[in-house]
Amino acid sequence: MTSLDTSKELNKKDKGIEEGHEDFRLFGLITFLIADGMTFAGFFAAYLTYKAVNPLPDGAIYELELPIPTLNTILLLISSATFHKASKSLLNKKNNDSQRWLLFTALLGIIFLVCQLFEYFNLPFSLTDNLFASTFYALTGFHGLHVTLGTLMILIISWQVRSNGGRLSHLNMFPLEAVELYWHFVDGIWVILFIILYLL
Amino acid sequence: MLNKNLNLIIVVFTIIGLSFWIGLNINLLPKEASINAPIYDELFKILFIIGLILFIGMTLIVIYSLFKFRRKKGQLGDGIALEGNLSLEILWTVIPSVVVLLVGLYSYNIYDRMGGMKELNHNHHMIDNNSEKIWAGISQKSNTQLSTNNVNIEVSAMQFAFLFNYPDGDFISGELHVPVDEEISIKMESKDVIHAFWVPEFRIKQDIIPGQPTILNFTPTRVGKYPIICAELCGPYHGGMRASIIVEELSDYEQWFNKNRKTEV
Amino acid sequence: MTISIEPENKKQESIQPKGWLKYFSFSLDHKVIGIQYLICGFVFYLVGGTLASAIRIELASPMSDFMPRDVYNQVLTLHGTIMIFLWIVPVVNGAFGNYLIPFYVGARDMAFPRLNAVAFWLIPPSGLMLIFSYFIDGAAQAGWTAYPPLSITTPQSGQIIWILSVLLLGGSSIFGGINFIATILKLRRPGLKLMQLPMYCWAMLGTSILVVLSTPVLAGTLILLSFDIVANTGFFNPVLGGNVVVYQHLFWFYSHPAVYIMVLPAFGLVSEILPIHCRKPLFGYSTMVFSIMGIVVLGLVVWAHHMFTSGTPPWMRLFFTIATAFIAVPTGIKFFNWVATMWGGRISINSAILFSCGFIINFVFGGITGVALAQVPFDIHVHDTYFVVAHFHYIVYGGSVFVIFSSIYHWFPKVTGKLLNEKLGILHFVITFVGFNLCFAPQHWLGLNGMPRRVAEYDPQFQFVNQISSVGALLMAISTIPFLVNIFISIAKGKKAGDNPWNALTPEWLTSSPPPVENWEGEAPLVKEPYGYGESITN
Repeated sequence: MTSLDTSKELNKKDKGIEEGHEDFRLFGLITFLIADGMTFAGFFAAYLTYKAVNPLPDGAIYELELPIPTLNTILLLISSATFHKASKSLLNKKNNDSQRWLLFTALLGIIFLVCQLFEYFNLPFSLTDNLFASTFYALTGFHGLHVTLGTLMILIISWQVRSNGGRLSHLNMFPLEAVELYWHFVDGIWVILFIILYLL
Repeated sequence: MLNKNLNLIIVVFTIIGLSFWIGLNINLLPKEASINAPIYDELFKILFIIGLILFIGMTLIVIYSLFKFRRKKGQLGDGIALEGNLSLEILWTVIPSVVVLLVGLYSYNIYDRMGGMKELNHNHHMIDNNSEKIWAGISQKSNTQLSTNNVNIEVSAMQFAFLFNYPDGDFISGELHVPVDEEISIKMESKDVIHAFWVPEFRIKQDIIPGQPTILNFTPTRVGKYPIICAELCGPYHGGMRASIIVEELSDYEQWFNKNRKTEV
Repeated sequence: MTISIEPENKKQESIQPKGWLKYFSFSLDHKVIGIQYLICGFVFYLVGGTLASAIRIELASPMSDFMPRDVYNQVLTLHGTIMIFLWIVPVVNGAFGNYLIPFYVGARDMAFPRLNAVAFWLIPPSGLMLIFSYFIDGAAQAGWTAYPPLSITTPQSGQIIWILSVLLLGGSSIFGGINFIATILKLRRPGLKLMQLPMYCWAMLGTSILVVLSTPVLAGTLILLSFDIVANTGFFNPVLGGNVVVYQHLFWFYSHPAVYIMVLPAFGLVSEILPIHCRKPLFGYSTMVFSIMGIVVLGLVVWAHHMFTSGTPPWMRLFFTIATAFIAVPTGIKFFNWVATMWGGRISINSAILFSCGFIINFVFGGITGVALAQVPFDIHVHDTYFVVAHFHYIVYGGSVFVIFSSIYHWFPKVTGKLLNEKLGILHFVITFVGFNLCFAPQHWLGLNGMPRRVAEYDPQFQFVNQISSVGALLMAISTIPFLVNIFISIAKGKKAGDNPWNALTPEWLTSSPPPVENWEGEAPLVKEPYGYGESITN
């Protein structure tokens, strides 16, 4: 028990966290995600204004096919759950399980990106066709960038939770928790994006 | 004590009196040449007087405090340990709120008198295409119609000039000629970047935004030549993008119009 | 019981350069970073000031004769961008925030020291990039507002570099904001309550909330604008069906709060300086806190008052008029409270207090013209004229820059352990105050009478008043000389200040001057009454 406490202390000291304070790194991350969310909010506001104010030129197609994005929504929602599994496994000191769940999550992220690209190639409009097309690509592209980054981070994390010699353990959960929070955020943004862009 | 209060009252009334005197006697604005201008100047005077009272008052208090409460040589110790005074703080929350609210209502009234709250009628002869979006600048008449007189002018703004098209006469002029005391509606369009149509003597300004044809209404009241100034940065020659508006008697205007027109009616 | 733990930077201190060289290193010490922000900002202030002088020389005559017209537009764009993003925002936030906030919350460093250093080191390269874009194909020339379609049609390289540079500076600002919020809310010394914090912490908390909420929107907008420039999309390009007013809304959603990002910290700094030199508690602590938060909330919903002539619908004009005018209420409360703080005090007349009083007078003036500008019918005549130029210089120069100087006089002994020369300081104040008012007060008249802003040439009837303004600008340029001389002389052979020359109670003075790397030798002091001055306590 005492040794565990000491290792926690050492760990904190290593991260430069002052005595008497809880771990505030997640708090900082949440603040950052609020800022990131505001970028999306700006894009959404622009999109909705365009939709209300700027009529599209005649013959412009802005009906989107639903199957792929619906599949993508389901993929991301599942991936949120699998990430949660991974973090639970690590908390229970099951590093191998955790690694498996993480790899599965990353796989879902990659499938999402492939689907997204597939959708891009099969759309009847391109980036500069009209205002709707431009906003569509800007929004989904910016989100896709977030998914790409998240997937890369998940792959790195999954390497680090390996049972022999990985940096992460149930004592050092922060990187995993941070990426998890980020991943949930990206999923949440996708749901909003899906509703605004595809359903409305 | 009474003496002190008396002094304070004298100072307060001197500040108020001085502000009114300055506000009513110093004119900082150019000539008034449209029916908007006197309304604007009325608002300006009121805001100027309120502002002066506040500014002179605050400045005097700051300077007075610096002299009265300065640390003299050899003086030790602190000021009084006064951390706040709730009734004072409420007082200077409530009074500014009331002043700001009154000013807001008053400027709303001014804006309404200028015609700012009117939605323009979209089915006017100047607008060919009903689906076209028309953005209203300030209008003036109490009705919701555009002016129905036969002064029909289209303004195109481009880098770096204004052109005034008189479609009824089928000619384009570099100067804007309008008859005095008539309500004028101009339809403005930009060919490239954002410009703005500003006539200081009329106290009106409206951005001319590409992609958004804009109607601007005004009624000149004084014969003369006034500058039209572009007020939105539009490129290297922005400072030189000026034109003139010539307000003349109806007969002079018609003479000018007939001299320039290309088609006979 | 608290176990004292060695902060990590102690270890690194041994390998870090000593002396002045440390200011050029990737230091994690919040004090070093604060000074880095200040010096870097001041260098850019000199650059921006030189550009301002060029503008005033051009405007001394009605013809465009001093520089080519497109260069003039580049100069005014760079002047605005540099002064806002590289001088005032980094200095009132980054410099003083980094130096003071850890002291005020009783911490040994900021919450995220590495992020802090990264945030600072983003600034010099993006600033240099911005300046050197001039030598490629000309700098950006669409004004600091970069309104499309002008920003789309002007030479691309300058505009793209401008966007990149502002994005980096915005990133730096967001990182700083996250750091300040975490430090103030999460890193407080145990036992220190929020309502016991010095006022500057509240100001920085409010500012950082604004930074975090509004800067990303600007970033997103500029990304869309850059797409319009390089990828030929049509977000803001009417030729391709885009909407330029959407840009204006998104831009001002950041850039109006940006004004509060520049003045709220200044309000906080003045709230620290006044009580100390007036030897009185800060008047109305809790109303001050509420007014800051009021300004934050209102500041987010007033942006469209910059767009009264852009064809905004009447209801929108009305809403933004009322919201804007109401900002005057919390702002007014702060000014009345400061005056009440001075009232009945024992005011030491020195450079710090003079600059603070200059700030109060200038800002009240700028605030009054601000309330006038909020009224739609008033704004319609003076929008985009020199009246507006005068107004915002009263806010950002007469307000923020005066406070920056006041703060430098106040905290110089803290940083160096030396006092600044008071005679030179007062000379600096007098020249700055006279020059500033001579430069900007006449511009109100120019705007009312028909001189638009951002012009290289104007109606010859305005020449005399413009020349008065240019003389004022010359005085402002000259005022930098006594200041710089004072700084260098005082660093070299200034009077020893002692640890606490002002007998202050705020935590940063309760240690040696200059402070040790860990801020305090022992445990951080618990200051529950940062403004506990006054007869009843000391006698």
